[in-house]
Amino acid sequence: MIPLYYYLMVSAVLFSVGLAGALTRRNAILVLIGVELMLNAANLNFIAFWRYSPNPEAITGMMFVIFSIAIAAAEAAVGLALIIAIYRHCKTTNLERMDSLKG
Amino acid sequence: MNWIVQYLWLIPVLPLAAAGALAVTTRPHRRFGAGLTILAMSASFLLSCVAFASTLGKTTATGPLHEALNFPWLQIGESTLRLGWVLDPLSAVMLVMVTFVSLLIFIYSAGYMAQDENFTRFFCFLSFFAAAMLGLVIANNLLLFFVCWELVGLASYLLIGFWYQKPSAAAAAKKAFITTRIGDVVFFLGILWLYSQGGTLLFYDRGAGCLEETVISDLVGRTTIGGMAVTTGIGLLIFCGAMGKSGQVPLHVWLPDAMEGPTPVSALIHAATMVAAGVFLIARVFPLLDPSVIEVTGSAAALTVVTWVGVITAVFAACIAVAQTDIKRILAYSTVSQLGFMMMGLGVGGVAVGMFHLITHAFFKALLFLGAGSVIHGCHEEQDIRNMGGLKKFMPVTFATYAAAMMALSGVPVFFSGFWSKDEILHAAHGWSISRWPFYLGVFGALLTAFYMTRQICLVFFGSNRGKANSAESHEHADPAHSPHESPAVMTVPLVILAAFAVLLGFIGTPAWPWFQKYLSGREPEFDTDALFHSEVLSTLLLSSVIVAVGIGLGWWLYGRKPMRKAGEADVLEQMRPDIFGLLKNKFYVDELYETTVIRLNAWFAQFCAALDHWVWNGAVLLAGYLVLGLAWVNRFFDEYVVNAGFDEGCREIRRGGKLLSRLQNGRVQSYLRVIGVALAALVLFLMWGCRAS
Repeated sequence: MIPLYYYLMVSAVLFSVGLAGALTRRNAILVLIGVELMLNAANLNFIAFWRYSPNPEAITGMMFVIFSIAIAAAEAAVGLALIIAIYRHCKTTNLERMDSLKG
Repeated sequence: MNWIVQYLWLIPVLPLAAAGALAVTTRPHRRFGAGLTILAMSASFLLSCVAFASTLGKTTATGPLHEALNFPWLQIGESTLRLGWVLDPLSAVMLVMVTFVSLLIFIYSAGYMAQDENFTRFFCFLSFFAAAMLGLVIANNLLLFFVCWELVGLASYLLIGFWYQKPSAAAAAKKAFITTRIGDVVFFLGILWLYSQGGTLLFYDRGAGCLEETVISDLVGRTTIGGMAVTTGIGLLIFCGAMGKSGQVPLHVWLPDAMEGPTPVSALIHAATMVAAGVFLIARVFPLLDPSVIEVTGSAAALTVVTWVGVITAVFAACIAVAQTDIKRILAYSTVSQLGFMMMGLGVGGVAVGMFHLITHAFFKALLFLGAGSVIHGCHEEQDIRNMGGLKKFMPVTFATYAAAMMALSGVPVFFSGFWSKDEILHAAHGWSISRWPFYLGVFGALLTAFYMTRQICLVFFGSNRGKANSAESHEHADPAHSPHESPAVMTVPLVILAAFAVLLGFIGTPAWPWFQKYLSGREPEFDTDALFHSEVLSTLLLSSVIVAVGIGLGWWLYGRKPMRKAGEADVLEQMRPDIFGLLKNKFYVDELYETTVIRLNAWFAQFCAALDHWVWNGAVLLAGYLVLGLAWVNRFFDEYVVNAGFDEGCREIRRGGKLLSRLQNGRVQSYLRVIGVALAALVLFLMWGCRAS
């Protein structure tokens, strides 16, 4: 059996890639993709910890991940809708120009 | 205690209240103003009469009864200053005289001042004047006396300068005020001395007052500089105040100038109020001057001074009166002279002698002044007797009353009050133990009095009119509007009343029935016709009759026989002796003497003070000012370049810091996220490191 350590490594790499994407990309859609990657890294962690937990018969971990995926889908839909709304308003999806949050 | 004593304060307060009410009354309420003051004065007069009646027949073993009411006024540490009022024969008789004469003068003023636009102001001051005098009369404390005394001075200043738009009136008011002030300063010193020595200023205080036996007998024992008794010193200082107020030489200069005021004011000043105050003061503090009246043996040296000053004033002023041409100025000098007689009477004969002349003089001098006012009014504000003449037929009532007053003043025998009062002074002077000269000089003064009054009456009422209207060649076509006319009844009725008193008043103090003298000294009078024919008395009576006859005869011979024809004609005396006449006409150059000595010295001193002020004090002040200014500049630099600059720099730094920090908030979500990421990494590293460390 592949030890937990491997899964965690994959998950950490996945999170780092997502974080790097979210931090460095200019395009809002790519940032959204980065965020999804980080979320999935977290899901992977959930599954891994559930599978290697002392009581894998209870399906709590899987339930949690399924909820998480469902919310992530809804979140992606809202995120994309926001991006479209911003695009319509500002004619751009470049995050460098989106600085109106500074008040 | 008599009830009237409790309400004695009402007598001065009523006119004072009237004056206060008039002070806030506007000009058009003329009838109200005159009515109110006359009403208040009438009420005071009635109260005075009641007070007077209550003193009749009340005597004690040692003298008149002094009913005093004292109350604490001021508490200074341990000692209490008490004020109060007193009712005794002296104050009662003065009250009646002052209120009665004032009342008549008020009524007269209503007619005399009818054309004046400041009618209500005049009545306000007049009422205030009378109130101050009445307060002075009833005062039982030398301090209260002094307060009222100064109020009298203030009122006289206001009234003499009533027509302040005339520069001469304003100057006369100042002169009166300043001259009397000189006496008052010395008077005040006397008061302080008395307070420090006697410990009380109350006149009568159940045996402990400063005019009563305990204090006086204590004071006469003490001596001061040159072995002079303390009472003498205090008496002399107080007498200086009386000299200023009563116009004694050398402080008489203000009195003739006081003629610049309206004539009723002159009458009030010269008869009832102001100048009488000085004589009254001496009569009031008489025990200080002559302790023997309250049966204490002590020096009466101050009384000798009073006598001599009085005698000198009497003759000196009478001489000047001979050569004056202003109708009111003659009367003014006559007043100065008569005041001298009063002082002399006080000095040689005691309170009764001086006070008797004061009372009779008040009536006939008020009458003379009011008569003069009537003449001036009738002649259209003409005051020069050379421009009058022949007024007998134009103003018969004025003439008759004026003649009565003139005869009273001259001392025409038997029927006129002045004869008896003046005779009494001469009689007392004759019996004076120290010197005979006051008697001789007094006789000379009486002669001059008769002479100058005859001269005046001849020039004013006899002969032909020399006024401007009638000096034109055509006598028949003289403008009737400009010829002299009789005054209205409101003015002549007071004249008639005063004339009656000028005649009758003498009979209360004749040698045969000396009621007045006995009343003042608190004894029962007895009717004794034999006293009249006592050789000494009779000889004085005859002598003064002869003197009066000579004076009047001389006056008639010089002025009545050949009346002056034209206004510009030189005086008969001037034709005879121009040098002496000039000297008298210019009042012995006293004004000029003061001008060159006292006033110039004063001006020099003032200039010296001004220079001192300008160079020394002003310099010091400027120096201090510049020092402070320099200090202020230093302060300002410090403020501007240290405090301000430091603060500004601090602010700038804070702003810069803020700007720096504000860069963090750039509105880009990504950068925020970056921070979160870094922080997360740091947290993770920290946790890991921390775990390992533990």
